[in-house]
Amino acid sequence: MSDNWIEVCDAGEIDEEDVIRFDHDGRTFAIYRSPEDTYHATDGLCTHEKIHLADGLVMDNIIECPKHNGRFDYKTGEAKGAPVCINLRTYPVKVESGTVFISIS
Amino acid sequence: MTDFVIVGAGECGARAAFALRDRGFDGTITLIGSETHLPYERPPLSKDALVAGAGPKLVAEAERYGEAGIALVCGRTVASIDRAGRRVVLSDGAAFPYDRLLLATGARPRALPGAPFSAGRIRALRSHDDAVAIRGHLSRGSHVAILGGGFIGLELAASARRLGATVTLLEGLPRILTRGVPVEIAGRVAERHAAEGVEILCGATVAAVEETPGEVRVRLSDGRVVPASLLVVGIGAIPNAELAAAAGLAVDNGIAVDGHLRTSDPDIFAAGDCTSYPLPLYGGRRVRLESWRNAQEQGILAAANMLGGDEPASAVPWFWSDQYDLTLQIAGLADDAAQTVRRDMGEGAFILFHLAADGRLIAASGIGPGNAVARDIRLAEMLIAAGVRANPADLASPDTKLKKLLAA
Repeated sequence: MSDNWIEVCDAGEIDEEDVIRFDHDGRTFAIYRSPEDTYHATDGLCTHEKIHLADGLVMDNIIECPKHNGRFDYKTGEAKGAPVCINLRTYPVKVESGTVFISIS
Repeated sequence: MTDFVIVGAGECGARAAFALRDRGFDGTITLIGSETHLPYERPPLSKDALVAGAGPKLVAEAERYGEAGIALVCGRTVASIDRAGRRVVLSDGAAFPYDRLLLATGARPRALPGAPFSAGRIRALRSHDDAVAIRGHLSRGSHVAILGGGFIGLELAASARRLGATVTLLEGLPRILTRGVPVEIAGRVAERHAAEGVEILCGATVAAVEETPGEVRVRLSDGRVVPASLLVVGIGAIPNAELAAAAGLAVDNGIAVDGHLRTSDPDIFAAGDCTSYPLPLYGGRRVRLESWRNAQEQGILAAANMLGGDEPASAVPWFWSDQYDLTLQIAGLADDAAQTVRRDMGEGAFILFHLAADGRLIAASGIGPGNAVARDIRLAEMLIAAGVRANPADLASPDTKLKKLLAA
């Protein structure tokens, strides 16, 4: 697993309770920093209509899709009700020496 | 066994049916719709269904109705509500008893007087079948005339241009998007359509429409004639309230409900496009909203209240429109605004914040490429719901995070 860690950005590049987009090898992800200062990652596109979640709003543990307000718990990927019913895939994240890494094996 | 019946199998009715089960209802649920398709989402009809020929975007796959124990009755029409007998009667004579009933009957396109919709070249865009029929007329070299510069007409214009059709859009008023959209944003939309080659004629009054086997001709009162392969009329919608009216329920620009979506009969609820309800944030004024999100939210809310809940319909009105790569989003109702503040956000995106005389934020209207304005419009919606009096300078500055204003 250890050689699958991909560098995303400096930890300070994501505001608290916010999200950024990260593209790697033809795939796109959303990387979150929670209000508790933990980092998380999910697939970038909403499971409802393939809208990028990085344009959405983070409130506590929830990312809300910018288009149709579908909500997910970005820590678990759980879909939180209409219009979304399919969970988001999540990915392991670690922060080392002020740098965020994602494992996308 | 308790029987719940939902009349209308669109976004609203289908969401209500699933919401009843999600909240633990264990009686029967019968969802009746006049279309033959499974319940589907309507926003793609003016976009992907036209441009890509996409099939209906289903609210839920067929098997989920079975799994949830929802009896789906498609392609059949309800003829009457027998309130004394507590049952709905279908036009084919079948009847379904109810303990609680939800009317989610939607709205239907308004026709141009003197030019009824036809199976040929005078069309509306409301159903998936409408979209399929319209798509058949849109191709390079065809010419579509669109009557009505509202969201339906403009989204259709954008899709028609994508397919290479020539587009003439006729609007009776001096500008497009007069209903609920600020002039600056309507101007931006009009510029973009012009750049894409759409001919927009404002102040156009239709004198006559002539349909022949080969074309349709729109004759304007100033003598101009617009010949086209197809005329699509998008001049608003009429709430399907006749069933409710015939049953003696209160009707006032749609089926009139209270703040909890109850009609004048406590066992009958109504939700979505067909419904007018009092909006507490705006002084209790009665509104009828025709939007995807309202249909979805009210369906879910009605389900909760049918089960004895006490949840008020207090959501801030919100809608969006996609045209080309532009997205327009509006939260709230700006009619009573005393002041408007503009926030410029780069890439040509901007948001107008509308403030009441007492300084409360009451609406926000934004436009930009992709989802450039989405997050801030969503935050504005929350500021509106919270009744926040925001400093105009903070709203105008893109460096001020709206989330901070919410926390303040």
